[in-house]
Amino acid sequence: MAERSPLADVDLSDTGDRVTLAEVPFLTQLDVRTSPSSSFPEPGTFRTDELDGEATFIWLGPDEWLVVGPPGAQKRLTERLESGRLESVSDTSVVDVSAQRTTLELRGPGALELLALGCSLDLHPRVFGPGRCAQTTLAHTPVILLQRKHCVTTGEPVFWVLVRASFASHLASWLLDASGDLTAGH
Amino acid sequence: MTLRFTFDGRDYQGRNGDTLASALLRNGVHVVSSGIRTGRPRGILTAGVEEPNAIVQIEEPFPEPMLTATTVELFDGLVARGLRGQGRLADRPDPARYDAIHAHCDVLVVGAGPAGLAAAASAAATDARVILVDDQPQPGGSLLGAGELLDWVAETVAGLRAAPEVRVLTRTTAFGYYDDNHVIAVERRTQHLGAAAPAGAIRERIWRIRAKRVVLATGAHERSIAFADNDRPGVMLAGAARTYAVRYGVLPGRRAVVLTTNDSAYAAALDLHTAGVEIAAIADLRSSISASTSPDAAGSEWARRCTERGIEVLPGWAVSAVTGEHRVSAVALRALTDSSSTREIEADLLLVSGGWNPVGALFSQAGGRLTYDPALAAFRPDGGCRQAVSVAGALAGTYTTSGCLSAGVEAGGGAGLITLPVVEEPEAAPPIAVWTLPGAGADAFVDLQRDVSVADLDRATGTGMRSAEHVKRYTTAGTAHDQGKTAGTLTSGVVAELLGVEIGALGTTTFRPPYTPVSFAALAGRDRGMRFDPVRVTALHGRHVARGALFEDVGQWKRPWYYPLDGEDQHAAVLRECRAARENVAMMDASTLGKIDVRGADAGVFLDRLYTNMISTLKPGAIRYGVMCRPDGMVLDDGTVIRLAEDRFLVTTTTGNAALILDWMEEWLQTEWPSLRVRCTSVTEQWATVALVGPGSRDVLAGLAPALDVTRAGFPFMTWRDTTVAGLPARVCRISFSGELAYEINVSWWDAVTLWDELSARGVTPYGTETMHVLRAEKGYPIIGQDTDGTVTPHDLGLGWAVSKKKADFLGLRSFARTDNMRTDRKQLVGLLPVGGELLPEGSHLLDAPELPEPPIRALGHVTSSYHSAALGRTFALALIRNGRALHGQTLWATLDDRLVPVTVAGSVLYDPEGARRDG
Amino acid sequence: MMLIPCPWCGPRDESEFHYGGQAGVAYPADPGALSDEQWAHYLFFRDNPKGPFRERWSHSAGCRRWFTLTRDTVTNEVTA
Repeated sequence: MAERSPLADVDLSDTGDRVTLAEVPFLTQLDVRTSPSSSFPEPGTFRTDELDGEATFIWLGPDEWLVVGPPGAQKRLTERLESGRLESVSDTSVVDVSAQRTTLELRGPGALELLALGCSLDLHPRVFGPGRCAQTTLAHTPVILLQRKHCVTTGEPVFWVLVRASFASHLASWLLDASGDLTAGH
Repeated sequence: MTLRFTFDGRDYQGRNGDTLASALLRNGVHVVSSGIRTGRPRGILTAGVEEPNAIVQIEEPFPEPMLTATTVELFDGLVARGLRGQGRLADRPDPARYDAIHAHCDVLVVGAGPAGLAAAASAAATDARVILVDDQPQPGGSLLGAGELLDWVAETVAGLRAAPEVRVLTRTTAFGYYDDNHVIAVERRTQHLGAAAPAGAIRERIWRIRAKRVVLATGAHERSIAFADNDRPGVMLAGAARTYAVRYGVLPGRRAVVLTTNDSAYAAALDLHTAGVEIAAIADLRSSISASTSPDAAGSEWARRCTERGIEVLPGWAVSAVTGEHRVSAVALRALTDSSSTREIEADLLLVSGGWNPVGALFSQAGGRLTYDPALAAFRPDGGCRQAVSVAGALAGTYTTSGCLSAGVEAGGGAGLITLPVVEEPEAAPPIAVWTLPGAGADAFVDLQRDVSVADLDRATGTGMRSAEHVKRYTTAGTAHDQGKTAGTLTSGVVAELLGVEIGALGTTTFRPPYTPVSFAALAGRDRGMRFDPVRVTALHGRHVARGALFEDVGQWKRPWYYPLDGEDQHAAVLRECRAARENVAMMDASTLGKIDVRGADAGVFLDRLYTNMISTLKPGAIRYGVMCRPDGMVLDDGTVIRLAEDRFLVTTTTGNAALILDWMEEWLQTEWPSLRVRCTSVTEQWATVALVGPGSRDVLAGLAPALDVTRAGFPFMTWRDTTVAGLPARVCRISFSGELAYEINVSWWDAVTLWDELSARGVTPYGTETMHVLRAEKGYPIIGQDTDGTVTPHDLGLGWAVSKKKADFLGLRSFARTDNMRTDRKQLVGLLPVGGELLPEGSHLLDAPELPEPPIRALGHVTSSYHSAALGRTFALALIRNGRALHGQTLWATLDDRLVPVTVAGSVLYDPEGARRDG
Repeated sequence: MMLIPCPWCGPRDESEFHYGGQAGVAYPADPGALSDEQWAHYLFFRDNPKGPFRERWSHSAGCRRWFTLTRDTVTNEVTA
């Protein structure tokens, strides 16, 4: 039988016309604890890196990053991290946490307002533009929040919300409920 | 548009834009409610949020108590009635939706009067992110009631609404000012639509606004004066009457007498006169005012204008009596210096202005100080505040429109960037402070909503009350749901007079949020029902639901409690599940246990310091049970420690403590032992865990994991193996929380359903937390948080074997040698067997006599866990009992309902004490 | 809702933090050498000033780092 993602049974389509919501399941996620070095992104930021050209390094703390890659890349990314990137292996841990969290992609003109209904951070583009990330709470749920980019065609932001598997259905249900309360414009 | 409404059972019609108060006045209704203590008829005193009198209950479309008629926007179909001080909550669930939203800005402006609008426009001109909140349906503030600069208001608001970084929130009351410029407001979105509100729309929204800077332009409230019968319907604040005439087009009476201490009532009198109200006389308590029409008479420009209209101005005159119970019918005036000069004037309206109180509630909540300004005859913000807040307009004591506009521009930070309209205003004469008129006593009210009179304040000070706070609590003045908006300063003024002290020295009472009442539904917002707190579920939740499980809340988790078959009650289901685990094979979803990956060269040293027992000697491939204590020696958590490699451990925690233990580890690593090379990572949801339990478990596992040697010798107790189970990569641990042969199978969270379905297909019985509790209790295994309460040591639990005697130090060690922890009469965990087979309630007290002794009763201890046991064929319990292990075999008595029942003290391990079943 | 300045993540709502009590109360180097009274002092006794207070916080919903700041217990102002 196939693997099942935490939101496999949740219909995420009923979000009205101001936001869209989708699960990006089964991403490779590695928690890297190591001494800070210049090869990792600065606090509050993330970047997609040359490591296979596919890994996104997300700052979680002064000695902690989450490396996110495509499904099934756990072994490859771990090896590449341990062989090249990390300076002191004795002070380092790379832990596979791929199933620990699932990823929700949120986009649309109402995305900022939807997040503001449950998140106390200032996500205004002047403050939290593309390339910014934060660990915070959304709907009382711990999340990692990423401002991925602005959609090329609409100029609207695209967010990733990484949420622990056990909280995923609560958060999805909350987002679906709140998406019905978005106002037109601001 | 005509709006139909019902008040106190009678049908009326109002107009679009009316409040309930203006609509009642439009229909000639002047008695709206009655005094809570006196029962005296009460009318409408104000035109806004400060109203103490006109308290109403809305009945339709949904019951809402304790609203002010002056703030309820009229809608078609409104049904309301007046209240005598107390409303009634709805007797049915509120079908409306509520929510909350976070907002951030550079400048938050509270109040959209002249100062606030100018501040918002000025801030917007600097490209700042601006939020403007105002409690009225439309911006304009005092300008709406005065009918001034309405074009400028419209133009400015249109500009603000069009600006991309400006948000204008009307019908929104900022009610709380908290630390770090966190201002909470409530937006009323659909109330004003009544039954026409769109179904499912958010009725009220809480705004949590974090502002870099706040401009408070909250204006001022007019206050009354204490004189006999100042509560009669028809006695109205002058500014309110002006608002009704100018803004709502309603005349609150035909013939008015005006009583004032300041200029503002003249403007009101002139507007009312223009609107068609006859102004019989203006009694100005200031003797210095000249009513001369000569342009040389200094400081009397307002009086001159009135005189020109033929309105009589009486400087140095006061009200001496008010006639009429349900409506003012006449007002008697008397000269202050010549008591023989009197007038009896027929009038249905008495307009009062005792001065203006800057609305300092939010400023005070922010930490700002309000001091008494004699020139203003009011308390106003004085000096700075620790928070980034400034004040502008009437709040700052500025009462001219032009002054408010320029102060607003200054406060907004965009001075020079916007142009202001030019306003011509008469020169002002200073106000005076007057709190009482001669003869004020039991019928002269300071707090109309609490029916507190001058006589009540006199009684309070006569009793010895000397501070505003004491008088407030003694008399209840200022404690009603208007929180003394009109009463506060007046009360202080009267008390200061009674005590013969300066009002500035006496001060006012403290302002606390909320500024206006806020419904609990709004504060709860979306956090109701299943969204009250996040619900965590395992990967197998859908399977548990499909099997008909009932769920138990464990922290935020939903865990299967038991799985009843058709016709089974809980008792029968749990006995069946227990039997399956003891006699056959059963399984439980154990995925909620916290799991922490602990890695690094010093991981063993680190865990030795956290656990009471020795961890570093554990061999890779092996598992050890461990106990953690706080430094005070009390048990914090327990679980298993798996050694994955020389430098790598996997630690499990109890379900409710996963986050706490990870924080605990980080705290010690970061703050006490930063030199240790250890990294801790939560993997709770990386792994799903299924406990496979019972004498049949070995065969089931062997069938699913053909590559695994499941023999006793090949896979001993307290070891683990990485292998393939049901075709899935898995880590299998030979551990048992039931005393039976058992395995814990860990697979990826993504693979959990596959594993569960494979086990189900082999007829394995699922069991829930209740059965798990029974099985472990039969073996005397404590559950941290159920059998412990933060005052229990490992030794109290009989876990002394898990306390190392070799380690130099670990958290808790020193405390085990404290005198209190060496007492022999500490409470110890023991088993209990009720003699009569009763099921004892958890929490039941234990006594050493069959009869209740005289109080005070000192119980020996209490029951912590209690169950029916299928294996023992009886009920049993675990209990913490003073020196309990020494009482083995003795009889004690347990409280059960209103009787005492005998119980026999046993060891804590009641089932298979030899441990014969562990290896199958 | 106070804003607590996390040295790594910047100011965040206080609800993202765990409070850690008085700062500078070190775990004794040799607990076994302490009298019961000295040990009890470490376990149970903390300052409770009205005014500035050095205290520990952990950004538990964010970067999970512990840090120390000075907060005025009357006004909640964070001064260092």
